[in-house]
Amino acid sequence: MARLAPIGEPAGVSGPPAGDWLTGWRSGPAAGAAGLPGWLGPARAGAAERFAAQGLPDRRVEDWRYTNLSHLAGLELDWTPAPADVAKESLPALVFGRDADCRLVLVNGQVKPALSTVPVLPEGTLLISLADALAAGRPGVADLLKRRVASDCGPLKALNDSWLEDGYVLIVPDGVTVGMPIEILSVGTGGALPPAYQPRNLILAGAGSRVTVVEHHVGLCIGGYFANLVTDVAAGPDAIVRHCKVQDESREAIHVALLNAALDRGAMFDSFCFTLGGRVSRNELRVSLDGPGANCRMNGAYLVGGHQHCDHTTAVDHAAPETHSDQLYKGVLDGRARGVFQGKVTVRQDAQKVEGHQMSRALLLSETAEVNTKPELFIHADDVQCSHGATAGDLDAGALFYLRSRGVPEAQARQLLVEAFLNEAIDAVALAGMRLPLERNVARWMAERPKS
Amino acid sequence: MLEIENLHATVDGRAILKGLDLAVAPGEVHALMGPNGSGKSTLSYVLSGREGYEVTAGSVRFRGADLLTLEPEERAAAGLFLAFQYPVEISGVTNMTFLKHALNGVRVQRGEEELDAMQFLKLVRQKAKALGMSDDMLKRAVNVGFSGGEKKRNEILQMAVLEPRFAVLDETDSGLDIDAMKIVADGVNALRGPERSMLVITHYQRLLDYIVPDRVHVLAGGRIAQSGGKELALQLEDEGYAAFAGKAAA
Repeated sequence: MARLAPIGEPAGVSGPPAGDWLTGWRSGPAAGAAGLPGWLGPARAGAAERFAAQGLPDRRVEDWRYTNLSHLAGLELDWTPAPADVAKESLPALVFGRDADCRLVLVNGQVKPALSTVPVLPEGTLLISLADALAAGRPGVADLLKRRVASDCGPLKALNDSWLEDGYVLIVPDGVTVGMPIEILSVGTGGALPPAYQPRNLILAGAGSRVTVVEHHVGLCIGGYFANLVTDVAAGPDAIVRHCKVQDESREAIHVALLNAALDRGAMFDSFCFTLGGRVSRNELRVSLDGPGANCRMNGAYLVGGHQHCDHTTAVDHAAPETHSDQLYKGVLDGRARGVFQGKVTVRQDAQKVEGHQMSRALLLSETAEVNTKPELFIHADDVQCSHGATAGDLDAGALFYLRSRGVPEAQARQLLVEAFLNEAIDAVALAGMRLPLERNVARWMAERPKS
Repeated sequence: MLEIENLHATVDGRAILKGLDLAVAPGEVHALMGPNGSGKSTLSYVLSGREGYEVTAGSVRFRGADLLTLEPEERAAAGLFLAFQYPVEISGVTNMTFLKHALNGVRVQRGEEELDAMQFLKLVRQKAKALGMSDDMLKRAVNVGFSGGEKKRNEILQMAVLEPRFAVLDETDSGLDIDAMKIVADGVNALRGPERSMLVITHYQRLLDYIVPDRVHVLAGGRIAQSGGKELALQLEDEGYAAFAGKAAA
């Protein structure tokens, strides 16, 4: 795909990309919002202005220092891809297998009821498309969106705001436990021009509710596309929200995802991100621990090779006392792959008895792979326990020799050690059913990785 | 079984083994003793094929084949086993998984069928029980959080599962109290047989009270300085290695 080749170093001036890219983007729904709630048009227009003013971030934007989007600006994108003809049979299997039979399917960012299987969920739990939620004027949805659209979270979010149209909406009423994991399958299809799509997803978990969402992102093409996702999570008091994401996009795709979560007192947000795909991918989590006793766990495992670039960026705001955050990201990089981990932890002045820990570990299987790590701690309270750390290195030569001396062939010994390395992060996945599929993916990746 | 002739080896360009000759016949247990720095551990790593241990001259024949051209895993498949002086910790890999990969790795290389999960479980449980090791230890990560004695016992368990033809025990007694040493020695003795040979590397004589050798060799200055029967070990216990200091320098 020559079209997806980088166009060179970042442009000398920041600002919106010129020419076709911007024209295509401007022809989007921001221009006209017929049949949708009145607040939406101006909200989109405002966001479009914010994006136009900032443009795509280049490396001088601190948050994007290590992740270069300059070649995105060089792409001629299809901003309004025609509905793709995807056969149900061509969809990948459920991540969870047969036990969990609830799956909402999005193709190029649009919810496809015909491809989805959504059973009746317990006690008023709703899993619908954002388009339907907006058309039905669901007050909780509109209130949250209005607030979130107004918040400034960088140009890519503004771009998503400007396009607000579809995505998934999950509403779990107070006190309801949703037993089965809710699976969201997001499919990118490619096309004559790489499609651009920007779903906006919402998870509203009421007080004391419990729900697990598994997002599976795949590309049914070998070519590229641009997925710019934003997910808003609001967890009420004592709610438990588990979010597990398997990102296995096309190896030419650009996948940029931002998840904003706000947690009320005693609520818990548990995130796990497993990254295999994407030419350039970014998984950004911003968690605000707003109520006392709120806590979040953010874990990730990634396997990248070739020219893949994989960015995990987190920001945790300890805005209330007795809040906890824990992060562990482990990655295996091969070929000329690049990894990025940026973790920001803020503890506000009145937020005493806070714990915040983060760790990034990378295993470099080739001399040309690279990882950049940037921890940032801003601590304004005094009764706080915070830690951060980062490691990057090769497989342990002693362990490798130990295995080989016992008769394990070298390739198999390496695979075993890579799996062992990632297992620590995978072990943290609270969902028992998730372990096996993830471990299978590790084994497959090791088997398929190009031999040097 | 094993014939070492005129073996010279260097580590980081430094000559450690300087013309070592040693032959061990099937069924025999030989002890290799010697002062610190005489090259005992270097020999064990050269035999098992560790990177960084370079053979500059000489030969090692194992069961009739040239051992030195084989990869470490091929040496294991041929029936060589090294019980490490410092067993390696591998977090994230359970003992059970480790043993399964090892045994099936060796079996596949030999053209034998892999054991299925049930057969394997039965075999390992039986071997572990004989060494007084709990199922819990099998489920733990390899050597992680193990005491010194548990690590050494774990080495013997691996040996019992792999049933090698030739085992090198590198300072298996180091760091063990007398009870732990007896357990380890019992495990080793149970594996003695007419088809299996061993080279027991030790600094002290006391292990040889429990694992009684057929021959004792003293390694000094990178070569065998003296060989004898088991009484040589007792003599060394009394006299120390001072007598070999001159020979080492010569």
